[in-house]
Amino acid sequence: MATLGQLERSVMDELWDAPDPLDANVLRDRLAAADGQRELAVTTVLTVLSRLEKKGMITRDRSARPHRWRAAGSRAEHVAELMHDALGDAGDREAVLARFIGRVTPEDAAALRRLLGDRATAD
Amino acid sequence: MLLTALALALLAIALAWPVPLLLAAASWPSRAPGTALLLWQAIAIAGGLSMIGALLCAGLAPLGDDLVRAALALPAALAARGIAAIGVPGLVALAAAVALTVYLLAHLVRTIVLANRQRRRHRDLVALLTSPHPTRDATRVLDDAAPIAYCLPRGFGSTTVLSRGLLDALDGDELAGVVAHERAHLDERHDVVRLAFRAWRSALPWFPIAAVADDQIARLVEYLADDRARASVDRAALARAIGLVVPVIPGEPGAGGVTEIGALRRGRLLAPSRLPSPTLWAIRLAAVALVAAPTAWLFTPALSGLG
Repeated sequence: MATLGQLERSVMDELWDAPDPLDANVLRDRLAAADGQRELAVTTVLTVLSRLEKKGMITRDRSARPHRWRAAGSRAEHVAELMHDALGDAGDREAVLARFIGRVTPEDAAALRRLLGDRATAD
Repeated sequence: MLLTALALALLAIALAWPVPLLLAAASWPSRAPGTALLLWQAIAIAGGLSMIGALLCAGLAPLGDDLVRAALALPAALAARGIAAIGVPGLVALAAAVALTVYLLAHLVRTIVLANRQRRRHRDLVALLTSPHPTRDATRVLDDAAPIAYCLPRGFGSTTVLSRGLLDALDGDELAGVVAHERAHLDERHDVVRLAFRAWRSALPWFPIAAVADDQIARLVEYLADDRARASVDRAALARAIGLVVPVIPGEPGAGGVTEIGALRRGRLLAPSRLPSPTLWAIRLAAVALVAAPTAWLFTPALSGLG
């Protein structure tokens, strides 16, 4: 059974990759397909969604029934925010940061996963 | 007590302007970063204390030579004689002392609250954007090409975040050096020291010395973390890692600060040198005396009595 934290990450990954807003049922099906979590309940997905909404990570489209959800910003934007936070703290590294904002593409991410897999065995 | 006020005001001015500039220009802090950090904190505390103390002494001077007794007598004196008890200049000085104290404390609280909010947000982002490192405990990997490493402070999970760019760029020893450096920041609570000086900087944006101090503190904690890391990892590897991590800016020489601090850190790692022990202790004593002297002056009637 995945923890709420892991589920939040999986939901964000789905929403970041989806071109259109998704409702909880569709999300549940995609998560089940991705992780083989057949017992995942829609209520659990809704809990995760409302937690993510509180964190300002996603927005809800109330005009549709059932409600549909989209990511508030792209993955790259959030990576940029994270890096800005982390590096902005040390003023001398700010110049480094500016060069790297918004550079992660899905291809990068895929390459990374392969790479991390290699590292895991190399370490 | 007017003489005390004058002496404290002179001390406050010295600590607000020439002393920090001299310290910022000195070269010894890189050879004794911990002691220099202590001295900076002493200068900041003693500076604030003597400035506020000078105003209090000036304001309460009409009520006697003992600051504590004069402060205790103030309500009765005001009730009996109104503002005439201390005069308009006294009232202005007291109001300034109170306002300065409240302003500085309020800014410290505000900075802490903002930093906590930002860290909570940051922790959320880390949880959503990074994956656990396959082999290292309490370490998460960010999918990004920029080579960065940093630690989240204690109370926020004590997590080390490494980027893919960093893992790509560094070999095992270099990575161990970077991680040891970041852990040292965490263990020695450098975030707390930095927070205090950042609060000071944001409270006094028109005061260039606050910015100078903040920048010096940022540099000193890097030195300190390097020194801690070098005790447990290969210092040549650590120096290499600094060279690889900091100036990786495609096609562009780094902004002055980036390459400068990187070069300084590498230089002192490769040719370590420490101040002789007697000098170190003399500076530490001076730092303690700097805070103790104005405090004693304010609260010891015999000394205040000089005025």
